Amino acid sequence: MTTASPALSVIDVEKIRKEFPILHQTVNGRDLVYLDNAATSQKPLVVIDALTDYYKGYNANIHRGIHTLAEKATKAFEQTRHTAKQYINAASEQEIIFTRGVTEGINLVATSYGRTFVKEGDEIIVSELEHHSNIVPWQFVCEEKNATLKVIPVNDNGELDLDTYRKLLSSKTKIVSVNHASNSLGTINPIKEIIRLAHEVGAVVFIDGAQAGAHLEIDVQDLDCDFYAVSAHKMYGPTGTGFLYGKKEQLEKMPPYHGGGEMIKEVTFKKTTYNDLPYKFEAGTPNIGDVVAFKYAMDFITGLGRETMAAYEHELLLYATERVSKLKGVKLIGTAAHKVSVLSFTVDGIHPFDIGQMLDARGIAVRTGHHCTQPLMDRYEIEGTVRASFAIYNTKKEVDQLVEGLERIINFMK
Amino acid sequence: MSIDEIQEEIVSEFSLLDGDMEMTVFYIMELGQKLPPLNEADRTEENVVKGCQSKVWLTGNLENDKVYFTADSNTAITKGLVSLLVRIFNGQPPETILNADLFFMKKIGMERFIGTQRSNGFAAMIKQMKLYALAFKTKQEVKS
Repeated sequence: MTTASPALSVIDVEKIRKEFPILHQTVNGRDLVYLDNAATSQKPLVVIDALTDYYKGYNANIHRGIHTLAEKATKAFEQTRHTAKQYINAASEQEIIFTRGVTEGINLVATSYGRTFVKEGDEIIVSELEHHSNIVPWQFVCEEKNATLKVIPVNDNGELDLDTYRKLLSSKTKIVSVNHASNSLGTINPIKEIIRLAHEVGAVVFIDGAQAGAHLEIDVQDLDCDFYAVSAHKMYGPTGTGFLYGKKEQLEKMPPYHGGGEMIKEVTFKKTTYNDLPYKFEAGTPNIGDVVAFKYAMDFITGLGRETMAAYEHELLLYATERVSKLKGVKLIGTAAHKVSVLSFTVDGIHPFDIGQMLDARGIAVRTGHHCTQPLMDRYEIEGTVRASFAIYNTKKEVDQLVEGLERIINFMK
Repeated sequence: MSIDEIQEEIVSEFSLLDGDMEMTVFYIMELGQKLPPLNEADRTEENVVKGCQSKVWLTGNLENDKVYFTADSNTAITKGLVSLLVRIFNGQPPETILNADLFFMKKIGMERFIGTQRSNGFAAMIKQMKLYALAFKTKQEVKS
């Protein structure tokens, strides 16, 4: 693991915690310790306020209205697109398509790009680290087109085996789709290298940024990826929204995903022409309120600084890793050199569900199970793990509470 | 003891825990540890209760017109939960099990400490036990 800068002193975590009303409650008689941030992060007041302000002050359908509220809503909606463009350094706002989240982003590209450009005998490459949502949509394409899904294996530490990846690549490879960071293990993948190698054989690359959005610097132009998707709800933003970045040249040659209002230029019963980017891919009334509030979530992250946040979270991860790994019977699953703040582990002789339930009895929220990565669990021959994942509002004291809870369970089960 | 008397007994035992969640969870797991072991031969795919998030094996026998269940689970809490049902139903005639009204879950506030998914799993266990009772009752009727 890389050494972190002393961000604990830079981040005023108590001040940050005040911004998150949900954290200040008791669960089962104890202060809530929320360590399920890789599933969804909590929302700061600025985001909650932005949502209520929208519904209280300027809820209206966007783009086509000429009245004042519609204009205000449209501006706010497009402001989020502008913020998103800057957040990932896209070349143009036309490359930002609002979705329901990463899953929809993957399905959009699998359907629209995959079904158009993947032919019989072609190959799509994913990795063993992928979430089911970055496997199943590609399986749909492969089944329909008689194409083959190839898989980059991971080593025992949970890092992708790039040598095998190089061997998998060929002129048959049409799409490579991997995550930026693994939701189960936290591994940060060398996506720049993965993208470069895929481009050498003429394949396009989709990056699932679900676990990176709130934690890592993202520069899609520097990465040179063809597609990149994030979910707002894992970035301190509302549920039900996110965006897909697509290189303009790719998006332009793709057919629309959904048909409906907004995505058309002109409709006759003989022929319909499609709207320009990004609207071609945004059929129907979008999730306006949540998109509007999403801007404030990105501003919240940018305000604190992603690098500072990542350094702070990394310190928490190192501290938690050090303490949890010393507990009797604990086996860490995922010990990659570069990780986001995800700590996954098993405990000898104790089922993850039991650990989750017992921690919950102490007000500690973790995730247990296969984390929607069953092939990865099969790789490690385990049913699932306990996963603690950290965000900017977590503290070392909370790590201590987690450790204390685990100690009690381990002693009880002896 | 009747099914209702056993249920009342369980309710009074849980009331001693005073609503403390951690004590309750530990107590349930202790109950599971006391559950008589399942025969290895019964640990089959056929005996797995469908609809449970955790794996639960359940089998039943009829001896002298009374039903006896044995069960196991891969998770300690679920094993404790199924042990409550085994305790309530074991030694009862099939008819009594079929007509049993289970009220202890509500009285001990079970929904507080098992989530929606586990509640569904628990309902599946009860259903499976009642199906055993129904099968045994039908068998008895055919015989007589």
